[in-house]
Amino acid sequence: MPRRDDISSILIIGSGPIVIGQAAEFDYSGTQACHALRDEGYRVILVNSNPATIMTDPEVADATYIEPLTVETVAEVIRRERPDALLPTLGGQTALNLAIELHEGGFLDEFGVELLGASVESIHMAEDRQLFHDAMDRIGLRVPESRTVQDLAAAEELADRIGFPLIIRPSFTLGGKGGSVARDHTELRRAVTDGLDASPVGSVLVERSVAGWKEFELEVMRDLADNVVVVCSIENVDPMGVHTGDSITVAPAQTLSDRQYQTLRSASLRIIREIGVSTGGSNIQFAVDPESDDFYVIEMNPRVSRSSALASKATGFPIAKIAAKLAAGYTLDEIPNDITRATPASFEPALDYVVTKIPRFAFEKFPAAASRLTTRMHSVGEVMAIGRTFTESLLKAMASLEVDAGDVIPNLDEASAYRIFAVFDALRAGMDIPEIFERTKIDPFFIASIARIVASEGSLSSGEWSREALLEAKRIGLPDETLAAATGSSTEVVRGVRRALGVNPTYKSVDTCAGEFPAQTPYYYSTYETEDEVARGDNPSVVVLGSGPNRIGQGVEFDYACVHASYALKDAGYDAVMVNSNPETVSTDYDTSTRLYFEPLSAEHALEVIRREKPDGVILQFGGQSPLKLARELEKSGAKVLGTSPDAIDLAEDRSRFGRLLSDLGIPHPRFGTAFTADEARPVAREIGYPVVVRPSYVLGGRRMEIVYNDEDLDLYLNASTGTSPEHPTLIDKFMEDYVEVDVDAVCDGEDVYVGGIMEHVEEAGVHSGDSSCVTPPITIHRALLERVEEYTKRLALAVGVVGLMNVQFVVRGDDVMVIECNPRASRTVPFISKATGVPLAKVATRVLLGEKLRDMRLWASTNGHFSVKAPVFPFDRFADVDPLLGPEMRSTGEAMGIDRSFGGAFAKALIAAGQTLPVSGRVYISVANREKRSVVLIARAFADLGFELAASEGTAEVLKNNGLPVSVVPKIGELGDDVLGLIEEGGVDLIVNTPWGRGARTDGYLIRRKALTHGVPCITTLAAAAAAVQGVESAIRGGTRRVNPLQKLLGVRT
Amino acid sequence: MEYGRSRAVVVLEDGAIFEGWTFAGDGEVAGEVVFTTSMVGYQETITDPSYRGQIVLFTYPLIGNYGVIPGDDESHKVQAAAVLVREYTPHHSNWASERSLAALLSESGVMGVEGLDTRALTRHLRDKGAMRGIISTVERDPQTLREKANAHPSMLGLDLASTSANITEPTLMTAIGEECCRVAALDYGVKGSIYKELRNRGATVLALPGSTSTDEILDSEPDGIFLSNGPGDPAALEDAVDILRPLLGEVPVFGICLGHQLLGLALGCETYKMPFGHHGANHPVRNLRTGRIEITSQNHGFSVREGTMPDDVELTHRNLYDGTVEGLWSPERRAWSVQYHPESSPGPRDSGYLFDEFVGTISEKVAT
Repeated sequence: MPRRDDISSILIIGSGPIVIGQAAEFDYSGTQACHALRDEGYRVILVNSNPATIMTDPEVADATYIEPLTVETVAEVIRRERPDALLPTLGGQTALNLAIELHEGGFLDEFGVELLGASVESIHMAEDRQLFHDAMDRIGLRVPESRTVQDLAAAEELADRIGFPLIIRPSFTLGGKGGSVARDHTELRRAVTDGLDASPVGSVLVERSVAGWKEFELEVMRDLADNVVVVCSIENVDPMGVHTGDSITVAPAQTLSDRQYQTLRSASLRIIREIGVSTGGSNIQFAVDPESDDFYVIEMNPRVSRSSALASKATGFPIAKIAAKLAAGYTLDEIPNDITRATPASFEPALDYVVTKIPRFAFEKFPAAASRLTTRMHSVGEVMAIGRTFTESLLKAMASLEVDAGDVIPNLDEASAYRIFAVFDALRAGMDIPEIFERTKIDPFFIASIARIVASEGSLSSGEWSREALLEAKRIGLPDETLAAATGSSTEVVRGVRRALGVNPTYKSVDTCAGEFPAQTPYYYSTYETEDEVARGDNPSVVVLGSGPNRIGQGVEFDYACVHASYALKDAGYDAVMVNSNPETVSTDYDTSTRLYFEPLSAEHALEVIRREKPDGVILQFGGQSPLKLARELEKSGAKVLGTSPDAIDLAEDRSRFGRLLSDLGIPHPRFGTAFTADEARPVAREIGYPVVVRPSYVLGGRRMEIVYNDEDLDLYLNASTGTSPEHPTLIDKFMEDYVEVDVDAVCDGEDVYVGGIMEHVEEAGVHSGDSSCVTPPITIHRALLERVEEYTKRLALAVGVVGLMNVQFVVRGDDVMVIECNPRASRTVPFISKATGVPLAKVATRVLLGEKLRDMRLWASTNGHFSVKAPVFPFDRFADVDPLLGPEMRSTGEAMGIDRSFGGAFAKALIAAGQTLPVSGRVYISVANREKRSVVLIARAFADLGFELAASEGTAEVLKNNGLPVSVVPKIGELGDDVLGLIEEGGVDLIVNTPWGRGARTDGYLIRRKALTHGVPCITTLAAAAAAVQGVESAIRGGTRRVNPLQKLLGVRT
Repeated sequence: MEYGRSRAVVVLEDGAIFEGWTFAGDGEVAGEVVFTTSMVGYQETITDPSYRGQIVLFTYPLIGNYGVIPGDDESHKVQAAAVLVREYTPHHSNWASERSLAALLSESGVMGVEGLDTRALTRHLRDKGAMRGIISTVERDPQTLREKANAHPSMLGLDLASTSANITEPTLMTAIGEECCRVAALDYGVKGSIYKELRNRGATVLALPGSTSTDEILDSEPDGIFLSNGPGDPAALEDAVDILRPLLGEVPVFGICLGHQLLGLALGCETYKMPFGHHGANHPVRNLRTGRIEITSQNHGFSVREGTMPDDVELTHRNLYDGTVEGLWSPERRAWSVQYHPESSPGPRDSGYLFDEFVGTISEKVAT
């Protein structure tokens, strides 16, 4: 069937801000879909609130709405754009849920919008547990015994009937949110109560637990002609009981015989047909008994998922792109396989390598939360690696993680983050394979493979290396670092020996067909074999080092910048060469760069790519800290680092060098010091004067950054951390209380500086810039001060020797402007500023790196009279017991953007887009610290004027009453009467303003914030944000949040 | 069983050299080197008589993972002359497995070699075509080995099928469940799962050696005749074609793989040797009657040439990779066949309907 001509415009819904369970993979899938549909001549309309995505670049769609993903907003977009169809299967669960809501709200029918990909019935059948179970019954497949319940009693009744362990999953949530295992009645009560809270429809599924069974996933595609192919099989190394997003997974399946595999494959075909997904991809999960051929169907996602992104990268089969074309009416056989170009997409990829994915966790950011893995997803990112053997691919994946084994305290008996390290340790300690299997239920195949690695580690420690022994070690996948450690030498020596003996990696192609047809697409991975397949040509190339796994502090924003670098390199006539290990990204799409090397971002792998490519230069400044920390080693090995030199980076990052520079330049800065030993810390802090900000040197995302107010706090901090040492000193800065923080992104070419944008933080200094909301252009800072900010930025850029991007952080109060930090690299806000002003900063910077001059570029930033607000998104709801308070350590996973002609409108949109509800009426509960009682009065009055009822804690209420405001007093927690927790529980509060006071866990404030979190009541923890919220609410009441405008119009871009 | 490790060298007839280590057996063996891209099913593959005498190269790099599982053999022995893999997995893991692949190969005296750059070898064969090769743990000299490889009989014109039948006498295998029809199956090196498919559908199978005469076949009064898969060049099987020709039109005939090629020859088509054949489990084939695409299991080095098909023979299935003939239908003679393997094993089970159709057609005849 050819392309559908009866539709001409298609609406695509993105997945919004990056959250746990829904990350960069949907930028990758959405971008592919937009490209694919536009290539077919359709008008593509995109709605997504996440600015840090390639898909929201104005060139990607015909009309791009960076607007909140709510029914109201998307309905407004539909009203305005009148699309013929809506494709909801590429924006994760968010898009799918929205599509259902739009349907149920009658908007699709009203405007004649056809749902493509999956019908409402199919979505319901796949998502509603009972309907899904019924469907499986109809086709003779088994699901674990279960029942959907609305209350605890029904759950307990079921438990009595089928016994424990049981698994509890809330309906209609993403990433297994709220799902957990109950081993007894106590755990069941807690799990069901939490689950009912988490489910938007107030029901949970209680089912037989198959924890410990083997878990497999199949990625299936179907077209309108009912052709079905299985793109990839995935085996989870961690058995059932751990969310697949948190499991180490391997593709293809390793431990199934053909008969066993084909049984699952045939079942998958029956499932996708019965559920009725008409076109596109689905992910189907199975639990397989390790002791028999029994298996259960666990679930099906009727859409492109995280696993589809992994499967696409693992096979070279672009699932999202194909899904989009299928939705447009094509059948699989009508779509060419991009990689071979000679064969159609109606086939099943054959792999001749092994792919391993390892999730990246962030438990260190949430010390109060247990790091035990459950059916609820906790990881914030992932790495993928390709090797010719499982051992090679596993070791490459571990090298990609950028997790120091020494920092991990894994537990073999518990499915915890990075348990794989414990398997290594157990084997090293001599534990045998059956015992490890007994304790972990990890299939012996994987344990035995790791045993092979451990054995080879041991065999290397003595004697001289022969070429054969070295080659064997490299073929197993041991990194140079391990070889160096085993022999007491250095990686340089190992590399030297390898070179001398001719033990160098070869690069092989990912070609979808195991070599059966010539591959046209340059997608490579390293391995130690005889034949190398890189088609290098003579064109000069530039290597871009990507940002590795997403983590808190280094997210999709950096991938965005790397992709732009690649585009700019290609525009300038270079071969753009991408090196990255993150399967969720656009940068690891095989057609983003001229050549893609799917490799760890380690010095060893980067140097090998450089050796193979002989590039004209290497770009490190876009990928965040991962590539930057390789700068010295790459330079030492003769690589040409483009732009800001490693020494200049050091000048900006070394506290004392940077301090001297600022003094020399006459730029004011807060007092600071460095403590190389614990004994030095107190005198340094006292001299600076408390409060001070303490943190380790060279970190991203404010890791272990804290504000301390006195000696005792300082000691606590030093004791809790690994301490301080000459190699890892502690930085101590004066904390600038009550200052406003300002961020600047700029590009410098060594002669001129282009200031891309100035962002004013909403929260006052002390909240990590990544966790703070911000607005551009600034709204409360005098022009003269902004001019000074620009002037300091320029002076600094030239003095540091920045060539390329830089980010400078200032604090401003009264007439003071001080510099607190300068980072000569891409920042998290580059995509936000690029979208706010229409100047693609990363592309501009890349051109500068290639030698172009800013003065020749005629850059013109225009905010066209609108304000852009960035609001962060936090994963607090995933981590039980964690206080959702903002501080200097970054904990947000992503951000949303709101654009409007008023600040209030933009702020409201950003908040809504970030998942906060913003009430327009109801009751505000206020409880603030003493020092803020004065300032809260005006805010409270504003809420009252907007028609809100006021409620407050005793102390705050007194102040408000004294100021003539009508307010009801809510008893303290634990006092008689309905305290605030009860009030929240029964829905009596619509908005909370609660600023923290006092230290330690379990304060009243903590309990209020946790309760608000679990009940989805917006909770504002700073007065500055409360003041902004007032403007937001006001704008929402006036309908400001319903104004939608495409980015192309806002920026004056012609498409 | 201890799995030994001695150096093995693979030399192709064009002189290309690949080095590895044995994980089973030793000595020297020559044969046509073919690669299969199927990622699972090594046990079915090496016991498939169609691979008889061939050196089988697995493109999937890890082989042996799930050991050897009772009941998953396609014939009573290992048929491949040798097995080439990137990495052999000594610690197999699967509840159903009984022993390791190395044990099976060693016991069968078949060499298994690991550690060579199998992807490089695959690409070589893809570019240069399937060719003869030799594996040796005893001879080191490449020139000598190359000469030996060239001295090995070429697949073109080679009759392997006549000696590949699993039986020498007619053998009756009753239907599973109620019998609905009787099939005379001509065995040129049949895969066991084909009989399972037929019997599971209620057919009683009378297995006959491929050399059984026309009269003998018809004397068994079958409701339908099945032509099996098998190794070698179909064009070398003139006797077999002569046996078939008079059968056509007498009773419905269904052929698979070599059986398809023989049917083609009997219907007047020609066959030819393909550059490197089709071996794998992922080829898309279009059923031209329904338009539907099946993902198929493939294992053949020869094919029916489309241009030589007589007007009264219909092309029913086509390979979407290279457009080659995958299915034939002669309405007048009630004979049809497919080049690929609807019994899969290994491979997807998309094409089981072909057995339904065959058994259904001949059962209807019984009913009327």
